[in-house]
Amino acid sequence: MQRTAEQIEKDLLRPIFRSSPRYWIAVGISSSLVLAGVYAFGYQLYNGIGVWGINSPVFWALDITNFVFWIGISHAGTLISAILRLCNATWRRPVTRCAEAITVFSIIIGGLVPLCHIGRPWLAYWMIPYPNQRCIWPNFRSPLAWDFFAISTYLTGSTTFLYLPTIPDFAAIRDASKGLRKRIYSMLALGWQGTPRQWQRLEIAMHIMAIAIVPVAVSVHTIVSWDFSMTLVPMWHSSIFGPYFVIGAIFSGIAALILAMALLRRFLHLEEYLKPVHFNNLGKLLLTMSLLWFYFTFAERLTTWYGNTPAEMTVFWETINQHFAPMFWIMVLCNFVIPLPLLAIKKLRTIIGTAIASGAIVVGMWIERFLIIVPSLDHKFLSYSQGSYRPTWVEDTLMAASFGMMALLYLLFAKFVPMISIWEMKVGLQPHGGGIVTTEVPGAKRHGLVLEGPLPTDVEE
Amino acid sequence: MKVLYGLYSDPETAQVAVNALNEAASELKFDPRQIVIVSGEPHEGYEFADSHLTSLPYRWAVLGGAIGALSGFLLTTLSQRAYPIVTGGMPITPPWTNGIIIYELTMLGAILMTLIVLLCGARLPNFKGVITDPEIWMGKILVGVIDPPKDSPSELEKCLLEAGATEVKQLNSTSR
Repeated sequence: MQRTAEQIEKDLLRPIFRSSPRYWIAVGISSSLVLAGVYAFGYQLYNGIGVWGINSPVFWALDITNFVFWIGISHAGTLISAILRLCNATWRRPVTRCAEAITVFSIIIGGLVPLCHIGRPWLAYWMIPYPNQRCIWPNFRSPLAWDFFAISTYLTGSTTFLYLPTIPDFAAIRDASKGLRKRIYSMLALGWQGTPRQWQRLEIAMHIMAIAIVPVAVSVHTIVSWDFSMTLVPMWHSSIFGPYFVIGAIFSGIAALILAMALLRRFLHLEEYLKPVHFNNLGKLLLTMSLLWFYFTFAERLTTWYGNTPAEMTVFWETINQHFAPMFWIMVLCNFVIPLPLLAIKKLRTIIGTAIASGAIVVGMWIERFLIIVPSLDHKFLSYSQGSYRPTWVEDTLMAASFGMMALLYLLFAKFVPMISIWEMKVGLQPHGGGIVTTEVPGAKRHGLVLEGPLPTDVEE
Repeated sequence: MKVLYGLYSDPETAQVAVNALNEAASELKFDPRQIVIVSGEPHEGYEFADSHLTSLPYRWAVLGGAIGALSGFLLTTLSQRAYPIVTGGMPITPPWTNGIIIYELTMLGAILMTLIVLLCGARLPNFKGVITDPEIWMGKILVGVIDPPKDSPSELEKCLLEAGATEVKQLNSTSR
């Protein structure tokens, strides 16, 4: 049944004005994880970075795994949303904001990881490219400097991309509320009215942003991959890393998005908006990514095996049938074996099916990041440059806190912002899904174009 | 600021109202630029909605990108020349790696310029004199006249009603 503008307004603003006890329980659990992380971080600050399990030669481990993982998850939103906007896929409307929010929060979390990793976060400003007290400029040849620029640009772009289409919804909340809430949303809405001029400018800006954000998103994860591939470490120095990381990021990002959508649908009662068609479409995209992931993993492994250089083969066998083999095969199971039937067989590509596949993929992709980093650093080229790594409770807690923080930020966001763009859903109600119409009214027929047939797929199941 | 407006249930009747107001402007002694239209969603394909179509923001975005690229070029090249560091036999100003910084700053320039152009073009932020009505979020379209002529309010009201307004209201908009 097609919903009216009034119903859409009411349904999507409901979570902002009313929250169930389950919501506060979820906030409590995620806050506890974050607090545990704050304690672990304080402990690390007091005792030094030695409380972590990292040691020569494994200087990057769980922290950088989390960094790569969260930056990868960030590809869920802005990239997917931008591509769907550019393709004018009308079914995107209920999906985009859920996705864009994931992007912004996961970049923030990913960006916090290096702060923990450097051990002395009060010197974090040294990472910013400016001439320091010795007048030495940053080394622009370093992939870490590229990271700074890429992640800053992506964070700026993604935040803007999330905020701009939210302005009209802030205005809707402003007009529906009173007192302090009204004042806060008035500020957030920037005095939005909804004049034709404002709508035109907003839509043009969103189009430009969508064009600009796609290459930025691709560059970000490519640059993260270059953190590794610019280094002479076994199995890192490879030209495949750029596209491999981008594919992996989109893969894990879509999985995270499907999981978030399934949870939102269940807990915010958005069944009328997040429909099986959305899970089905994203499931197909996820299937493509799963196949691509397998292709890249196979290509990477085959090239290493065929090259047969001793150092690389040590890492190769470590992951295939030695110390890290259980993790490797769980990764293959999670990223390929489980999702393949769930996503390829139409009957299984249901909301539950795609959510199970997505859960497995999120786990599998985290393991993949770990397997890229630790086994290679464990077994470098020189015999004295080898070691082992086992995480400590501090690293484990910080990792759990990063997941808690993601959940907490997402929950808080859902409390203050409609998780589905209200005005975009209303555009979907217009004749021909917001397309061009002809009528007898002068001024309403100047396009002279008639679109016939049913509405675009929009929200139909 | 006062606004006398009617609420219209669909864009077609809103277009009728805009047409009627434009025709009545000289007779009722107000400037057509005083006509205001506010809606809770964009309406493509109607003259009142498409009268602000422009390609200028695209050009500004390109300019922003160019400024970003130039900034990136100057940041990398000038700083590398000012404090030369030779790393691993690379040149002082390596084009490959500098290209990455220039690329990112190009995109950042385009993004920031788009944001600025949107804010300027949409005249935001604007915390004074917001013209709005809760009904617009329920699908209605507000069409009215800002500071309507004092000597013919009933004619204006009649004009709005005849065009199909479901309701005619007056707003004294002073706060946000």
